[in-house]
Amino acid sequence: MNKHLLSINDLSAEEAFEILNTASELAKISDGPMKKLPTLRGRTVVNLFFEDSTRTRISFESAAKRLSADVINFSAKGSSVSKGESLKDTAQTLQAMGADAVVIRHGASGAAQRLADSGWISASVINAGDGTHEHPTQALLDAYTIRSKFPQFNQSFDGLRVAIVGDILHSRVARSNVLLLTKLGASVTLVAPPTLIPVGVADWKVKVSYDLDSVLKEVDVLMMLRVQSERMANSFFPSEREYSRGYGLDITRLNSLSKNAIVMHPGPMNRGLEISAESADSHKSVVLDQVSNGVLVRMAVLYQLLGGATLTGEVSA
Amino acid sequence: MEFTITNARLIDDQVVDVIVSNGVISEIGNGLNKGEKINAAKNLLIPGLVDLHTHLREPGREDSETVATGSMAAAKGGFTAISAMANTFPVADTAGVVEQVYRLGQEAGFCDVFPIGAVTQGLAGKSLAELGAMANSKARVRIFSDDGKCVSDPLLMRRALEYVKTFNGIIAQHAQEPALTVDSQMNEGIVSSKLGLVGWPAVAEEAIIARDILLAEHVGSRLHICHLTTAGGVDLVRFAKSRGINVTAEVTPHHLLLTDDLVTNYDSVYKVNPPLRTGKDVLALRKGLADGTIDIVGTDHAPHPTEDKDCEWQSAAFGMVGLETALSVVVKAMIETKMMSWADLVDRMSIAPAKIAGYLHHGQILKVGATANLTIIDTNANWIVDRNRLASKSKNTPFEGMQLPSRVVHTFLNGKQVLSNGEIVNGGAVE
Repeated sequence: MNKHLLSINDLSAEEAFEILNTASELAKISDGPMKKLPTLRGRTVVNLFFEDSTRTRISFESAAKRLSADVINFSAKGSSVSKGESLKDTAQTLQAMGADAVVIRHGASGAAQRLADSGWISASVINAGDGTHEHPTQALLDAYTIRSKFPQFNQSFDGLRVAIVGDILHSRVARSNVLLLTKLGASVTLVAPPTLIPVGVADWKVKVSYDLDSVLKEVDVLMMLRVQSERMANSFFPSEREYSRGYGLDITRLNSLSKNAIVMHPGPMNRGLEISAESADSHKSVVLDQVSNGVLVRMAVLYQLLGGATLTGEVSA
Repeated sequence: MEFTITNARLIDDQVVDVIVSNGVISEIGNGLNKGEKINAAKNLLIPGLVDLHTHLREPGREDSETVATGSMAAAKGGFTAISAMANTFPVADTAGVVEQVYRLGQEAGFCDVFPIGAVTQGLAGKSLAELGAMANSKARVRIFSDDGKCVSDPLLMRRALEYVKTFNGIIAQHAQEPALTVDSQMNEGIVSSKLGLVGWPAVAEEAIIARDILLAEHVGSRLHICHLTTAGGVDLVRFAKSRGINVTAEVTPHHLLLTDDLVTNYDSVYKVNPPLRTGKDVLALRKGLADGTIDIVGTDHAPHPTEDKDCEWQSAAFGMVGLETALSVVVKAMIETKMMSWADLVDRMSIAPAKIAGYLHHGQILKVGATANLTIIDTNANWIVDRNRLASKSKNTPFEGMQLPSRVVHTFLNGKQVLSNGEIVNGGAVE
């Protein structure tokens, strides 16, 4: 595996499955009496968050701690670190402190790549969301969740049908998921009003639909994206109600899904906008599985980037 | 002062000796020998290059470039005349600032520096700057531009176009509809969709070009379109010229060679405004330059200090330095591809820009009596761009490490050698 995880493009399908398999192994261990592994003892993982995201930070933090790494949380938002000034200075500071891995969340697309390429730092860089670009660990945990619900897709996602619904244009989750799901063999349909679909989408290996109802019956996985109401101010859609009527997952739409279909959401949810409370809490919803799987998958990523030795051998020792 | 350039090749392949005395060409022939001899054997002698689009950053951002360092970069690039854009601090929107820039250029003495005046006060796009005062100043400004910003208000653009007719001025438009490019980071298309960067769509450029062409036709004024970047823009200019509308257009060297897929690694050296476009646009621009739809090459030399580029893409400044690579890049994009001849290049980079701007002593056909603003080029040379060897104070070149054809060997400003074997010599005011 590469030194960094900046984009799903950094991974082959085999490498992605390897991460998922590692996460499965870690899941078995987590069910046992000793939840904590000594794997990354003495290593330092820095959570460098230029944007608020408590859930992602906590997920990475528990992942690193369960592998016995030392964790430093560096919240750059609101501190002396303001935009632009700081990525370089902060990186050099972390380098001087001896970080082995930097988990970065940043509002600017490409910030993680910049950090990895710049030569400012020698640590492994893990992209925990950069602007509207990518969020690769989210896609990996989504794939892990899908696989755990559909064992028939254990080796390949060939034949799996996924619809991603909502603000594709501004969604790093959508970009990473499109790349990963299509890489693993799934067929992906993006569903959104045309204003929220990127102009360059023709080059993506996906289908595009403006009509949610027409795709509901034909999907195994319905992935709802968070829609930020400030998009409305920029006329991406006329009103929250109109958006919700066209693209929200209400109970009627939920009921028209096939029997085994699952509903996913990267969180945090806008209940009543892109997803109704009934849908969010229904038995089809795997939102909480996504959260718990997030820790496992992030452990697997940290393990593969920083660890190296085979997991089973080390655990049995 | 008198010297002889010997065995120089001209664009028609004649090999001649040229005597320069007192700043002008006094004799062209063979077997000539007066004063110092400058051997130009095998090299090409052309009129000095002329740039209508240069950012010199002085006054205000002397950390990125000064009139003097920019002038040296120009001389190294074979330019004998450059045109300083108005987006300085303070803005060049008064006679005082343009006269200061003009004077600094004269004092530096590496090339003629002709200031461009702002169209609107403070580049704010609200009210006209004192265009007449700048035109009547010692700097004799004829080109006006808010470059960096678009004169987006159609009424203000109309008034500006009309107003400059009194002194045969020209409005150089940075065509960018602001409402379509809020927070834009790169060309909107396949690459931007993957990178998650806010797109700068071609239509934002083309909509303004179309509007301004029609305004120029309506009021019968001279319009110059800065840094054309899109295939659609080339079509619009072609249409305007077919209608007899008085419009000229410019393309930068980097838009003739580089495409938006270079942005893929978020290296901010490729961040420029207007942005790098697609391969299809590049080919249309080359074709437009070759067939004369696009009149000139303008460098849009835009120096930025390291700290303004050494950060994440979104925070990085827009712009690339270009004076020292312009000629070679155009040779690579246009001559090596056999789309243009050297005669065409001399037209697009010297004769035509001088004519558009009214720089009477530049871009002249080489003949007896012409001002000795001259450039000698080794057309057989290849060189590798090394940012640390640039004369410009800033190092933000997108061509770092690239091998480029043709090297500027000597440059002469008003009969004074300012570049000798690629090295800067003899600055200072002309006596």
